[in-house]
Amino acid sequence: MIRVSKVLALAPKGLNKFIVTHTRCQATKAAANTVKTEKSEKKSTAKESQSFTMNIFRGHLQASQIFPYPEPLSEEQNETLKMLVDPIEKFFEEINDPVKNDENGSIDEKTLEALWSLGAFGLQVPQEYGGLGLNNTMYARCVDIVGYNDLGVGITLGAHQSIGFKGILLVGTPEQKEKYLPRVCDGKFAAFCLTEPSCGSDAGAIRSKAIKSKDGSHYVLNGSKIWISNGGLAEIMTVFAQVPITDPETGKTQDKVTAFIVERAFGGVSNGPPEKKMGIKCSNTAEVYFEDVKIPAENVLGGEGQGFKVAMNILNNGRFGMAAAMSGTQRYCIKKAVDHATQRIQFGKTIDNYGTIQEKIARMCILHYVTESLAYMISGNMDKGSQDYHLEAAISKCFGSESAWWVCDEAIQILGGMGYMKDTGLERVLRDLRIFRIFEGTNDILRLFVALTGIQYAGSHLKELQKAFRNPTANLGLIVEEAAKRATRAVGLSSPPNFIHLVHPSLADSATLCAKSIESFGQAIENSLIKYNKTIVDEQFVLNRLAQAAIDTYTMAAVLSRATLSASKNLPSAQHEILMAQTWCTEASSRVAYNLKVVQSGKHLDVFTKLSKISKNVCEAGDVIQLNPLGY
Amino acid sequence: MSRVLVGVKRVIDYAVKIRVKPDKSGVVTDGVKHSMNPFDEIAVEEAVRMKEKKIVQEVIAVSCGPAQAQETLRTALAMGADRGIHVEVSGSEYETLQPYHVSKILAKIAQDEKVDLVILGKQAIDDDNNQTAQMLAGVLDWPAATFASKVEPGSGSLTVTREVDGGLEVIKVKLPAVISADLRLNEPRYATLPNIMKAKKKPIKKFTPKDLGVNTAPKIEIVSVEEPPARQAGSIVPDVDTLIAKLKESGHI
Repeated sequence: MIRVSKVLALAPKGLNKFIVTHTRCQATKAAANTVKTEKSEKKSTAKESQSFTMNIFRGHLQASQIFPYPEPLSEEQNETLKMLVDPIEKFFEEINDPVKNDENGSIDEKTLEALWSLGAFGLQVPQEYGGLGLNNTMYARCVDIVGYNDLGVGITLGAHQSIGFKGILLVGTPEQKEKYLPRVCDGKFAAFCLTEPSCGSDAGAIRSKAIKSKDGSHYVLNGSKIWISNGGLAEIMTVFAQVPITDPETGKTQDKVTAFIVERAFGGVSNGPPEKKMGIKCSNTAEVYFEDVKIPAENVLGGEGQGFKVAMNILNNGRFGMAAAMSGTQRYCIKKAVDHATQRIQFGKTIDNYGTIQEKIARMCILHYVTESLAYMISGNMDKGSQDYHLEAAISKCFGSESAWWVCDEAIQILGGMGYMKDTGLERVLRDLRIFRIFEGTNDILRLFVALTGIQYAGSHLKELQKAFRNPTANLGLIVEEAAKRATRAVGLSSPPNFIHLVHPSLADSATLCAKSIESFGQAIENSLIKYNKTIVDEQFVLNRLAQAAIDTYTMAAVLSRATLSASKNLPSAQHEILMAQTWCTEASSRVAYNLKVVQSGKHLDVFTKLSKISKNVCEAGDVIQLNPLGY
Repeated sequence: MSRVLVGVKRVIDYAVKIRVKPDKSGVVTDGVKHSMNPFDEIAVEEAVRMKEKKIVQEVIAVSCGPAQAQETLRTALAMGADRGIHVEVSGSEYETLQPYHVSKILAKIAQDEKVDLVILGKQAIDDDNNQTAQMLAGVLDWPAATFASKVEPGSGSLTVTREVDGGLEVIKVKLPAVISADLRLNEPRYATLPNIMKAKKKPIKKFTPKDLGVNTAPKIEIVSVEEPPARQAGSIVPDVDTLIAKLKESGHI
């Protein structure tokens, strides 16, 4: 009991400070403001997040967005989607040529033309504005196909609609929608302009500036942006810039990020040559310059000074799409690998008979299964109106991009020398997908985002308890409940959250493993808070492992739900899915146990200290320290 | 011309590897990808182009088959047909449905809808009958222009180029007429996603053969369906002489 109140006194204050200042410093485009948003949401609405991931930081099971696996499509939507799949697949089979796109570093006119007339650029724009009006799940299914076939085309499409004009869809005024949405469905490219030379992960530090005219009728924008996808093509851009805003109460003027809809036609907009990149070469990436661009005041998007919120809203909203694309990419790699393994004969047998290859194929398929389950679970929840999906979306992006890298790499390994040859088509995929771990929030930043947002949430609950202690008699119930929870844990009588009843009987053991992970995760968070209190924000070695444990725990829950649904529907693949889910849970839960042990054991913490020291030594020297064994 | 009727059949997709049912009663269709018969796509395309050139006012697509035939009709509507007619035939009735029956169904619809022209694919890639257009022309007593590779409208007639052995034959047919589309008549368009969405709003009328007064009693009985024999493994011969000797031995030369 004493321990509890001590923690409470320490935890949350420092955390909040970190998240506002610190996350901003490192947080990609992605992280910063979501945290802020969540903070304000938390203040205004209930403290109870429906997010599974958020709640495991308290050791709680919140299954409402896990079970049952979401099935958001009506019969009619399903029928429509089935019809859309065919022409999209046909486009990639018969018109698009990923090899040519890669070699030319561009998509030729005819192919682009076909993409436009196919309607692929306006998938989620409502039909009344000339789009297809697809929901997130339908969008995910389409992107899945794109990811299977050509990620370069995928980025051209995604930069346009997943971020380029998404802001208009999400927060645009009726007039803005009326004016711009029909255009972006009909031949006008859009782009999302946030990153600048001085700010990658630190989106708060952008320097582009927009000054409001005296009469308030327009703004004048100056600045430059780098690495803008579709930057050389876009006619309509979502641009983020600092706007000096004077607080009417204090009279103080402060720069606040504001989002604008900027047309190239406004004048003063130009761009650099296409960048030369490792992969996704056919997707246009360029610098974009704004020189005294006159923007009408009605083109402010989402309110003056609200730019951060808008940017994070857009990025959070589009992240599941990357998981969906990565799911398609993995399926492609698996197909290639399996085709080869079942035909290639070595030592008298096709190589799929050998354990080494079997393990690779099995692991590839499990990672794909998990990625796919995440993508459609999140899109499904979003379609059902969920607001609490940010951590899950961040996890899906990290997990999908890392799995795809691994799966593609292993596919190349299975194909051996053949895999290394350009004509096999896997080296391009490997180059193309590498960017997914970097852009729209690097995976490193997203991991910190997951860990810190979760810890903050857990901390805010501890804060409640802290308040209760100030007036113990009035809040006796809460205190007794918490005290009892901790006491039972202390004497080893813990009763972890139980959800065996929610899963298929053959997955009961796996569900128990997941439940145990949840419980020990909550415990580890509490212990870490006690140990580090507010300095937890600087313990990135620890935070990364906590994030990994959160990822493993959430993915377990996701596949348990998916496999249970398949079993209940008696799908022909049900038994196979159960196998994959069981395997995943066994390994993921032992990883959770290991990572949680690591962050709480002196021996391992010493390793972190050593790692940090090694890095410092080298960075001070500016090079590797030791000479080679020969000494010269 | 005011109206064109186009027949569209739902068949197993051309890219699917066909599997025969273990009891040899037919091929496996459950869970197998289906799409519009490719020759019918060409027929739809030709009709839609006629409409775009304002040669005809309305394109009606018709399909005989189980409930899923509606998906094929939707594709035709997405390609540009104005409305659809679904003649529902399913189960064992559909398994023994032959050009004989289909031609009677189509004839009735052609008369009821007062069409001036019927365009069909020259054959369906599943049963390869290549009979429906010919039979339909017979039932209606209309001229038939089969295997069309080019269709040019005249007044009250069509000039049709046909691919025949060793060359082309150009014929003129008076309307109303029946055309069957060959491979090179045109390159059918893709149904775009926005058009698929629009097609959802186009009407599809539903009939049974009985409604149309057509008796679908089977005229044939499927005795057995079998896979083609597996290809024998080849062998490598050391030189041309051995090759010739082997060919002679097997009676090829």
